[in-house]
Amino acid sequence: MTDVTPGAIDFVPPAEVKDVELYHPKSWVTKYVFSQDAKVIAIQYSMTAIAIGLIGLVLSWVMRLQLGFPDTFSIIDPSGYYQFITMHGMIMVIYLLTALFLGGFGNYFIPLMVGARDMVFPYVNMLSYWIYLLAVLVLVASFFMPGGPTGAGWTLYPPQAILAGTPGQEWGIVLMLSSLALFIVGFTMGGLNYVVTVLQGRTRGMTLMRMPLTIWGIFMATVLALLAFPALFVGAVMMLFDRLIGTSFFMPSIVEFGEHLQYGGGSPILFQHLFWFFGHPEVYIVALPAFGIVSDLISCHARKNIFGYRMMVWALVAIGALSFVVWAHHMYVSGMNPYFGFFFATTTLIIAIPTAIKVYNWILTLWRGNIHLTLPMLFALAFIVTFVNGGITGLFLGNAVVDVPLSDTMFVVAHFHMVMGVAPIFVIFGAIYHWYPKITGRMLNEPMGKFHFWISFLGAYAIYFPMHYLGFLGVPRRYFELGDTAIYPQSAAALNAFITIVALIVGVAQMVFLYNLVWSYFKGKHAGSNPWRATSLEWQTAETPPGHGNFGKELPVVYRWAYDYSVPGVVEDFIPQNLPPDQIKYSDQKASGAQGAGA
Amino acid sequence: MSFFGQLAEKPWLSAQGRIDNLHEGVAFSLPRAKLALRIFLAVVTVLFMLLIIAYAERMVHEDWRPAPPLRLLWLNTAMLILSSVALQWAKVAVGRAESSPLARRQEMEHVKWGLTAAGVFGSAFLGGQIVAWWQLDSIPFFDITNPAIAFFFLITGLHALHMLGGLVAWGRTAARLNDDANLSRLRLSIELCTVYWHFLLAVWLVLFVLLFSGNDNLATLLAICGIR
Repeated sequence: MTDVTPGAIDFVPPAEVKDVELYHPKSWVTKYVFSQDAKVIAIQYSMTAIAIGLIGLVLSWVMRLQLGFPDTFSIIDPSGYYQFITMHGMIMVIYLLTALFLGGFGNYFIPLMVGARDMVFPYVNMLSYWIYLLAVLVLVASFFMPGGPTGAGWTLYPPQAILAGTPGQEWGIVLMLSSLALFIVGFTMGGLNYVVTVLQGRTRGMTLMRMPLTIWGIFMATVLALLAFPALFVGAVMMLFDRLIGTSFFMPSIVEFGEHLQYGGGSPILFQHLFWFFGHPEVYIVALPAFGIVSDLISCHARKNIFGYRMMVWALVAIGALSFVVWAHHMYVSGMNPYFGFFFATTTLIIAIPTAIKVYNWILTLWRGNIHLTLPMLFALAFIVTFVNGGITGLFLGNAVVDVPLSDTMFVVAHFHMVMGVAPIFVIFGAIYHWYPKITGRMLNEPMGKFHFWISFLGAYAIYFPMHYLGFLGVPRRYFELGDTAIYPQSAAALNAFITIVALIVGVAQMVFLYNLVWSYFKGKHAGSNPWRATSLEWQTAETPPGHGNFGKELPVVYRWAYDYSVPGVVEDFIPQNLPPDQIKYSDQKASGAQGAGA
Repeated sequence: MSFFGQLAEKPWLSAQGRIDNLHEGVAFSLPRAKLALRIFLAVVTVLFMLLIIAYAERMVHEDWRPAPPLRLLWLNTAMLILSSVALQWAKVAVGRAESSPLARRQEMEHVKWGLTAAGVFGSAFLGGQIVAWWQLDSIPFFDITNPAIAFFFLITGLHALHMLGGLVAWGRTAARLNDDANLSRLRLSIELCTVYWHFLLAVWLVLFVLLFSGNDNLATLLAICGIR
């Protein structure tokens, strides 16, 4: 923590921060629709992501209904089932989580938290959103095309993804691949903005190591995304060529119904490499912003500085770097050289080290902190527990020998939902409960929030713990129904039905959350500018919600890091980042001694 | 201080605080647009690297059939080199025009000619690539399932798309030519274009030498590495 004894910090020359050039909207359309203000773009991104995420949620209900109660719903046929799982996976991973964390939170908080008026390239930022929206619309359009959306599984493995017999072979796969390519183009525009704003757009006094960990997480995730998405782009374009003009990048020679297809000589494994060279960093593209945000939530709501800030930053950087050398652990069963598998198992286990450091640091931050069980804190705690659970099953699956029998079972489904589905979603909820007062000026309703939390938290465990057990039994993923397979006990079916019922209940709880978002916007308690008494810059804006240009006439000047909570000898239990040293109020020495003992 | 050097700072110490309070909030002493361009070029580098690796992966299989070499590509390469040289000329001239007001009018003439030549040669390269595609398409026994041919279309196509984007930026730069008042803005635009042009030239040279010059240099490289 900063040494705040009077006189410890020398005189800081008065700030001469110039008003930077800022685009000022002239009409309603340029203010709210084709807006170049990062905050409006953030809300556009978030709304679109949540809307498409709701479709993903409904799809999961439908497929759970099929798994829990096979032969009951005649509207769900095998093709439809495959289409639902495919679209559910792709929507949740790319169009919801990636877009919400980076496009939503990134756009809103990067300029505010680093003390900038806006992103450095506002026009490109606007384009980024509209291309994202186009990508979403193309994806949604595939539901209405002949043959429906693709049912190739979210990994879209060729050759089956573009062969007859796979649902959506006519249009679905084409639209899916086009949508992904568009998404990547749009994201690259946004990503350049986030990275350059963090590197070059900070306000005076905001060194890299004074940035809140939220920004570090989003920054590293963006770097990862910029370097990983090209692999998916190349894969998508190559597969589009295979599908549309008959090249054979990924297509081996195939005999179908006794007829030799025109394809020949391609390598399906090449697509797997390209896909997972993107796909594994994608896990961290979702996880790193969550890591960053949760660090800030814990520090603020436990009124204590984050434990091991530097180590937290290094861990983010290390995880980011390592995430590029683990991709083939998704391909242990593709027939690889055992030495290759050994290499990837080793790197996979190494990545557990920086991740574990982060978990320990969160726990040590909580240790003897002044923990307030507010909604953001509850979700942050739920994240830690869930992430540890999902992470540990990841260590199982990271070992090639353990992975081989568990591969393609429900165990894998349970693992990745815990670690990159439920855990980041909890952070998103925590972040929304935390920052909603800044974005709207009103608090979210607490009883509704508690209801939402407990149903979601307990529900997630009721869904995914039994699913691990199903995986141990050998119940495969991606199967439309188990039928009369004698090897599974009756309890597997009973568990599946139980999971489905819980999933539906958890789904309903999300509706309560959405209702809360709307209700509180009109009727929530007024929040004031800094309800959580937090230190970082977004809480120190002149207006709430922050106006155009974020900060009033002058940009703030930063005097300290973002974690000066409960500093001994200081009256308030937090010191905002931009509070000049001569304005800190000190309690008398006797009292400060008593306070300091507990800090 | 380097990016990684900054990671070693201890922001909670008051001694560090005194240094940090004077920090201007930028990590690199570069205009924002230049940094953004460099990051974008890193992304494009990854893209083409992956394509080359994919090409190599396919090449190591026994049934690899090389694509017929196109002599036109030598000419196209020359066009791209000339384009880059012309832009470099414009960049040097605009620098001189800014630093020595006396020679400004003359130097601005050089800038105009340099920019124009860069655009003409750049477009000639693109036109040449289109002719190359047409030539390949019209050879007897043309077979799109031949991976070498498919890769040629894919990779040169993506390179051409980047070139096309470059020409859009070039057009916007050329539109600034008559705005005499804002010379430093013009200089930045020309510098950005030049970096992009040189980069695309470098990418093309690597692609051409490794994959498309008809000498199977990538095969030799793979053989040296013991992969093929």
